[in-house]
Amino acid sequence: MTASPELVQLLTPEGERVEHPDYDIELTAEEVRSLYRDLVLVRRVDLEAVSLQRQGELGIWASLLGQEAAQIGSGRAMAETDMAFPTYREHGVAWCRGVDPLYLLGLFRGVHNGGWDPYEHNFGLYTIVIGAQTLHAVGYAMGVQRDGAETATIVYFGDGATSQGDVNESFIWASVTNAPVVFFCQNNQWAISEPLEKQTRIPLYKRASGFGFPGVRVDGNDVFACLAVTRKALADARAGQGPTLVEAFTYRMGAHTTSDDPTRYRMAAELEAWKLKDPIERVKAYLFKNQLADQAFFDKVDEEADQLGRDTRRRCLELPDPEPVAIFENVYSGPHATLEEERDQYASYLAGFAE
Amino acid sequence: MAELTYRAAVAHGIAQEMARDERVVLVGEDVAGAGGVFKTTVGLLDRFGPNRVIDTPIAEQAILGAAMGAAMTGLRPVAEIMFSDFFAVCWDLVANEMAKTRYMTDGQVSLPLVVKTGNGGGLRFGAQHSQSVENWAMAVPGLKVVTPSTPRDVVGLMAAAVRCDDPVLFFEHKGLYAMKGEVPDGEVVDELGTAVVRRTGADATILALGLMVPRALAAADELAARGIDAEVIDVRSLVPLDTRTILASVAKTGHLFTVEENPRLLGWGAEIASIVADEGFWTLDGPIQRITTPHIPLPAADSLEDLVLPSADRIAATVEKSLQT
Ligand SMILES: Cc1ncc(C[n+]2csc(CCOP(=O)(O)OP(=O)(O)O)c2C)c(N)n1
Ligand SMILES: [Mg+2]
Repeated sequence: MTASPELVQLLTPEGERVEHPDYDIELTAEEVRSLYRDLVLVRRVDLEAVSLQRQGELGIWASLLGQEAAQIGSGRAMAETDMAFPTYREHGVAWCRGVDPLYLLGLFRGVHNGGWDPYEHNFGLYTIVIGAQTLHAVGYAMGVQRDGAETATIVYFGDGATSQGDVNESFIWASVTNAPVVFFCQNNQWAISEPLEKQTRIPLYKRASGFGFPGVRVDGNDVFACLAVTRKALADARAGQGPTLVEAFTYRMGAHTTSDDPTRYRMAAELEAWKLKDPIERVKAYLFKNQLADQAFFDKVDEEADQLGRDTRRRCLELPDPEPVAIFENVYSGPHATLEEERDQYASYLAGFAE
Repeated sequence: MAELTYRAAVAHGIAQEMARDERVVLVGEDVAGAGGVFKTTVGLLDRFGPNRVIDTPIAEQAILGAAMGAAMTGLRPVAEIMFSDFFAVCWDLVANEMAKTRYMTDGQVSLPLVVKTGNGGGLRFGAQHSQSVENWAMAVPGLKVVTPSTPRDVVGLMAAAVRCDDPVLFFEHKGLYAMKGEVPDGEVVDELGTAVVRRTGADATILALGLMVPRALAAADELAARGIDAEVIDVRSLVPLDTRTILASVAKTGHLFTVEENPRLLGWGAEIASIVADEGFWTLDGPIQRITTPHIPLPAADSLEDLVLPSADRIAATVEKSLQT
């Protein structure tokens, strides 16, 4: 990633503030410290989850390592009533929406299906079938449009997802209906083993113009820029100006999921280059340089992160195993004959073991 | 003879056909550089090069549409849909396009292609990554449908599928990828539309597919210990269906059980039960019983998935109870 006019950046990897003609942001010292805290905490939860998976306590985990700024920046840009539709990697956005990380761990532990209330948190279900959520988001946006609500919808997806028909169809629908939706694409350069070149020949944000709405590429490792750009896109959506495509240019520092081994298909040098653009280090450098935080603050955040990691682990291990009858719940809005019959058969089958 | 895992057998089977016929190409997500997310295509890129082993953009409709178009040029594509659940995002290409092209062109256009896919449960992947959807495919005229349950069958049925001039949906069972088995040296070619009797027995016929085959065999062992001699048939091919082998077995045992991973309603066993009720009714000594999952999405929790998928114990208990009454 070379800093170029087409890349919105407000904080360099070295922690220097830079100006941008279209996007600027005023942040108090308190706000910057709080962004830093969020970045550190979600990274810590993520690391804990990876280690839980390694120890056999989770079935699988999709790490957000490297994408903290894109998620915290965009997540913090949302108004409370805005609605977010995530993929399976949006742990940082979930954090910003007040979703207890325990729900995410429970989902990947397999003891429940997630279980947070999407309406309470304005944060939809994790979506793994690639791209489907972009259509859900457009439908949701068209719904709030009809309610006359001042609500924007934001939908997350990856670089790989941009090849899906669903995503392209969602662009068209959002465009022709002027839907209040922000398409937030985290271009982390990889879709499992496939590099970006497998999906596109032009920068992804440029695709928006073909669909008839603005596209912008933001430094996805710069939390200030992600916050500023997403804020503007959401405000535009709420103001009736229709969709925006935000391409957050970032990097998947870890494996695709814990089931994947990236050394099979990508070069270590690439990873090393991106390490220098770490989203957390630059905020730390900025805080230090400008004397907005002292060592005691950083120590305190680290301590808090460790505490969160420990608590998360403990609570994860304490999650109860689901009850067998749970399998029949919430398949339909209410009981019906077919299901009741099968539930009875199961009950007597299970009772047979108890005898 | 070499001992191969089921997953290695997939690559072995494709390699056998690619080496034999240069018109065979492989397309899919992560199939080239990474050797497949389930490592079922390892080594093929190195051996056959990027012109024949192709990583595609993430677009299942395009994968199948392109495979179909390529087949019209005379290539014999093997396309991968990573999880069979994702047939749902590209079903038009399967059900309307590839299945009906021969018919709608009055036989002038053949589509000699294979769609291979990771199917089935047991790996705690949850509701959208664990389904067994052979029955979706079975309902569409124009498609052939196979599910191998051993490494040897993977190779032999893959060869038969590639050489077939109809579109074949090739369901690999994800829960069997790690299983090992003997694969004969030299060319292995099987025949589509044939079931295999895995265990002979006189008292009951148990039909199974994919991961349910080893479970049915384990159940047969349990039953043998209790004095019940069960015959286990690996159905392997749903379209065409080897009704002759099935009916002959039922005529011998008088009792039929199907072991299915799909939900009960319209599972493949329902079709076989209907055929046997039609054509083998007077040979039956008791009701046909289907052992399936309930009409619910598959749960991800270990304990719940184990509860829902037919287990050897449940198969054995069902057969025993049925024969006693
Ligand atoms: C319809 C569909 N096809 C394929 C997959 C398998 N799959 C899971 S994640 C993934 C890659 C997605 O890449 P990207 O959109 O860049 O998101 P990232 O994982 O990098 O965050 C694929 C192909 C899927 N889940 N759904
Ligand atoms: Mg990606």
